[in-house]
Amino acid sequence: MSEMIEVHDLVKKFGDFYAVDHVSFQVSAGEIFGFLGPNGAGKTTIIKMLTTILKPTSGSIRVDGHDPVRDQHQVRSSIGIVFQDPSLDGDMTALENLQLHGVLYGVSAEDRKDRTEKLLRLVQLWDRRKDFVKNFSGGMKRRLEIARALLHEPKIIFLDEPTLGLDPQTRNLIWNYIRTLNKDKNITVFFTTHYMEEADRVADEIAIIDQGKIVANGVPGALKELTHSESLEDAFILLTGYAIRAEEASTSDRMRTLGKVWGRR
Amino acid sequence: MNVIYILCLRQLKRYFRARSRIIGSLGQPLLFLLAVGFGFGPTFKKAGGGNYIQFLAPGIILMGILFTAVFSGIEIIWDRQFGFLKETLVAPVSRFQIVLGRTLGGATVAIIQGFIILVICLIAGFHIEKPALFPVALLFMFLCALMFTALGTAIGSVLEDMQAFPLIMNFIVMPLFFFSGALFPVHGLPKALQIAIRVDPLTYGVDGFRGALGEVSLFGIGMDLMILGILTVILLAIGSYLFSRIQL
Repeated sequence: MSEMIEVHDLVKKFGDFYAVDHVSFQVSAGEIFGFLGPNGAGKTTIIKMLTTILKPTSGSIRVDGHDPVRDQHQVRSSIGIVFQDPSLDGDMTALENLQLHGVLYGVSAEDRKDRTEKLLRLVQLWDRRKDFVKNFSGGMKRRLEIARALLHEPKIIFLDEPTLGLDPQTRNLIWNYIRTLNKDKNITVFFTTHYMEEADRVADEIAIIDQGKIVANGVPGALKELTHSESLEDAFILLTGYAIRAEEASTSDRMRTLGKVWGRR
Repeated sequence: MNVIYILCLRQLKRYFRARSRIIGSLGQPLLFLLAVGFGFGPTFKKAGGGNYIQFLAPGIILMGILFTAVFSGIEIIWDRQFGFLKETLVAPVSRFQIVLGRTLGGATVAIIQGFIILVICLIAGFHIEKPALFPVALLFMFLCALMFTALGTAIGSVLEDMQAFPLIMNFIVMPLFFFSGALFPVHGLPKALQIAIRVDPLTYGVDGFRGALGEVSLFGIGMDLMILGILTVILLAIGSYLFSRIQL
């Protein structure tokens, strides 16, 4: 199997702080790869570098054979991203959000129409296609974002905590789509999550990252064996320790509160 | 369909859907037109200035354009905080296309707003003296809209959140309006005020726009057009540059 993502000796420093500290790993084509780690471990920073948003301090990355720093456009065309924070336009309808995405990614009008219907039916939002996204629930927004990320038929889909804050039914539904897509279309899936049982169930391969370093990787079974634990959660705690990580509220969190006060979106 | 068009279209859709915003942003120019326009009318006439509404209306129309344009540009802050900006910035298109689409959309919205105010002014008693020059007047509206959307884009690209909003309002947008000669004739003013008026880009917009609508133009329409054109290009360049440097 060919490698879809290759990361070698990747470093990202913010000032003197190593957010990502000499990390190497590979993801094979068609694989579901779970990236686990406590808050602030560097998961999102790595996703940002893989998806061309952030420039690495040093090290090399290949995504579908392209360098995210030099060949931004090629990388961007071959990936779909579902960010940790929502990134939809609430003042537009579900259909309009998908249309805009399709145009940005150069999907022809015909393909756009076909795929939009197929995807919206898949995530069970076809009946709500003409509703404004601001009236959607968290789970519906997530489903729409997944549909959107797939509209340009990417080879890899990145999901940064896709099921955060969703109820078990919606989580189940979302993982079912993702597994279906992975099997039917052979899309490589790269995801992060805090839910260990999810990762255990879905992922072909797992990497656990803590304080910017990969502390263990392998198939879920191997990680449990390595730590002699019953569940992946136990393995995770054993590998990363019990300490709770501090994380500061980002500007977006503060703005969102302000936005609510102002009654926008 | 192309990228610039769809982003432009998005701005227009958002504008027409936010009806309360359209009406809300008409309030201020309307207030100026009615309270200041009719309030100072008799004094202006007594001082030998002629019909004050004729003098004031062009300035009020551009005021509407100025406010709408700057806010359209500043919307980047909201898009950034609510995440939508990310969606456009990780797409395989150049930043320049994105900023161009946004700016053209914002400018179109501002021009529409200007038209609504023009109609209100006409109802309030303003009349266009030289209809033949109306295309030139349109050009002034267009340049002002473009220039101030670019200004808003520049501001929105460097600011992280809306905390600085009152600062922008009181130290950029309001002074641009008050020092533009929209409210009063420029001649016979104290030196310091004269200088402030000369450096305000909107001054040339108001002066030329007034001229094109049939009133007296101080610097001449050609000169106004040239200065405004150059400033628009410069601000577009600054806006695009700052936008291209946005980090997520």
